[in-house]
Amino acid sequence: MAVITVERKPLTLLERTYLPQIVGGLATTFKHLIAPKKTLEYPEQRPAIPPGYRGVPTLVRDPNGREKCVSCQLCEFVCPPKAIRITPGEISADQTDRAHVEKAPLAFDIDMLRCIYCGLCQEVCPEEAIFLQNQYSMSGYTRAEMVNHKDKLYELGGTLPDQHYKWDKKKTAEEHGNAH
Amino acid sequence: MIAPPKPDLVTVNIDGKEIAVPKGTNVIEAARLVNVDVPHYCYHPKLTIVGNCRMCLIEMGLPAVDPATKAPIIDPATGKQKINWIPRPQIGCGTNVSPGLHVKTTSPMVKEAREGVMEFLLINHPLDCPICDQAGECKLQEQSTGYGRGYSRFIEQKNVKPKRTQLGPRVTLDDERCILCSRCIRFSKEVAKDDVLGFVDRGSYSTLTCFPGKQLANNYSLNTVDICPVGALTSTDFRFKMRVWFLKQTNSIDPESSVGANTVVWSREGQIYRVTPRRNDEVNDTWMADSGRELFKAVNAPDRLATTASIDTLVAQAAALFKANSTPGAIAVVGSGRSSVEEQFLTKQLAAALNATASTHLVSRVGQGDKLLISADRNPNVRGALVTGLISALPSQKLTALAAAIDAGKIKVVVSVGEDLAAVGLTAAQLAKVSFVYLGTHVNPTSAAAQVVLPTLSVFEKNGTFINQQFRLQKFAKAVPGPSGATDDLIVLAKLVTAASARLSSAPLAAIPSDLGSLWKLLAAEVPVLGPITYANLPETGLLLDATPFVALPFVEGETLHFKPVAPAVAVTV
Repeated sequence: MAVITVERKPLTLLERTYLPQIVGGLATTFKHLIAPKKTLEYPEQRPAIPPGYRGVPTLVRDPNGREKCVSCQLCEFVCPPKAIRITPGEISADQTDRAHVEKAPLAFDIDMLRCIYCGLCQEVCPEEAIFLQNQYSMSGYTRAEMVNHKDKLYELGGTLPDQHYKWDKKKTAEEHGNAH
Repeated sequence: MIAPPKPDLVTVNIDGKEIAVPKGTNVIEAARLVNVDVPHYCYHPKLTIVGNCRMCLIEMGLPAVDPATKAPIIDPATGKQKINWIPRPQIGCGTNVSPGLHVKTTSPMVKEAREGVMEFLLINHPLDCPICDQAGECKLQEQSTGYGRGYSRFIEQKNVKPKRTQLGPRVTLDDERCILCSRCIRFSKEVAKDDVLGFVDRGSYSTLTCFPGKQLANNYSLNTVDICPVGALTSTDFRFKMRVWFLKQTNSIDPESSVGANTVVWSREGQIYRVTPRRNDEVNDTWMADSGRELFKAVNAPDRLATTASIDTLVAQAAALFKANSTPGAIAVVGSGRSSVEEQFLTKQLAAALNATASTHLVSRVGQGDKLLISADRNPNVRGALVTGLISALPSQKLTALAAAIDAGKIKVVVSVGEDLAAVGLTAAQLAKVSFVYLGTHVNPTSAAAQVVLPTLSVFEKNGTFINQQFRLQKFAKAVPGPSGATDDLIVLAKLVTAASARLSSAPLAAIPSDLGSLWKLLAAEVPVLGPITYANLPETGLLLDATPFVALPFVEGETLHFKPVAPAVAVTV
């Protein structure tokens, strides 16, 4: 390998005074002093969450307040780290407002120490009941605290708009439609 | 054995593959032999053929012959006999094979016909899959992937039908999902002989229902749930409990009677969810009784026996009892017709080691046979006790000999393998006179009175074999692990045998194995009829043993499905 000797130029008089560099450095410092701040004062200030962000998985209700999950357990099946655990249950016939759905989860647990935020549960849900929303920070003092139970999941999830109202249509059909 | 007469074979051509099948086979079964799947809903191999779902449409043709001379017409292009293809699709289930029959199952006409049938079946089918228990084992779901359109052209309102009709104590009907295949109706009529189901109304209003004033309440009602190709008939017990794709399937045997119906136990993470029949054409076809499907509930019963003491401590206590009563004949052994063959073999070893061969007993349980899949003998494995030599005569229902020996003061210790002695004719006074070593799964008066209780496993928690009424050796496998504090019966028995033989001290037995592999070597050596068999190579559908040494015994079983008693059954006195 050929060796190329590079000759270093001697410093000029101005460079030897160091003044241009000091002035340039101070200029940068003063520019940032008056420029708008980039740093967020977390946790008082929170970043804007971009659309499509995959935060903590949550359960949602439809605009009529009906729980959308029917405990089909597809999310439990698809979940790669096996974070989801569902106990299915039957809706008894005397709950007239939702007895036509027949099935709802008795218990719905997501272990957030296992969850990898992959979003497969949201993708697989046939009822559009589970969504990874904006919530990104989970903390707790014990392992048990890090398991989100059904109540917590609905509290985190809130209500999302529904495009289909599948079960409401079903109920309407039962009441007025082709019944016999 | 007399070889069955060779059936007349007929050569047919299915999708270009030639195969010889017995005369009378239909196209679905013939196609199955060449691994061609013909989709179907209403056809069931064990029921009559009605051909009302129209899903198994195929294209068929017969070799052309000259009408006048009956000479084959040769196609000049191929040089082979010409095939006259029928221009319309035919149903595969209702078409029996005939010589030279040609069948196409993948032609465009067949595909189009099946797609049309699927579209009609799905017109009124609800979008229920997320809440439907059949999802995952639903024929409609399966065929939809192959022949479904993917979207619906039906813009009218779907039919609305009742969603939870109780047809009987164990069966719930979801009428919307029904595709009117009539399998359940035919099953009730032909197999269960309890004709209670039928269709009412016409067209899309057709509905499955029970006849007025009747219920689907017979002991075979849950088979209708098994054969329902969609989720219309659901088991009230299993309904909404667990999705089937989570469940592990383990082959097992129904222990409720000596029929030995083959079953599949469906479990998840150590919990059993349901038990369904497994096809065995020699024993139970594809059926089983409802009563056998509820036995798994005893596995998690609150009165399950368990111990915190180590098994060796308990065996040492038993050994101390044995040592204190070392006079010959002071110990009696009560074996069980519910134990597996291996356990009965070890029970026999135990009796030999305790000098109790003369006072070895077995308890008989006799009920009413239903002429189908529950026999009069409610012990699953009395024949195992005969084959292994644990007993030489048939057991009785009351242990009068044992009671007399206790009264006479001869018997001091009784080892009971899962048998409640209070229920078999021993009085409380007699029970108080002796010490007990009890091996069992559940609490009962004997376990409460026993000095040493050794908790063991239920049939769902261990491996083993039963010999059913046909002398068919059948194996069952461990579906779920046993509870903590209970030990495998084989380990307990092997330890007891070792402890008992140590008592004699003169000729210590070679170590008795408790694993099935080594145990079967010992069994094969001592029981010639089990010679070439091992647990591993025993076929899933069982193996028929030579029954000739036992023909003379007056077995209590009457006639059941696939079983005729050799000698006329003696009158049952309960």
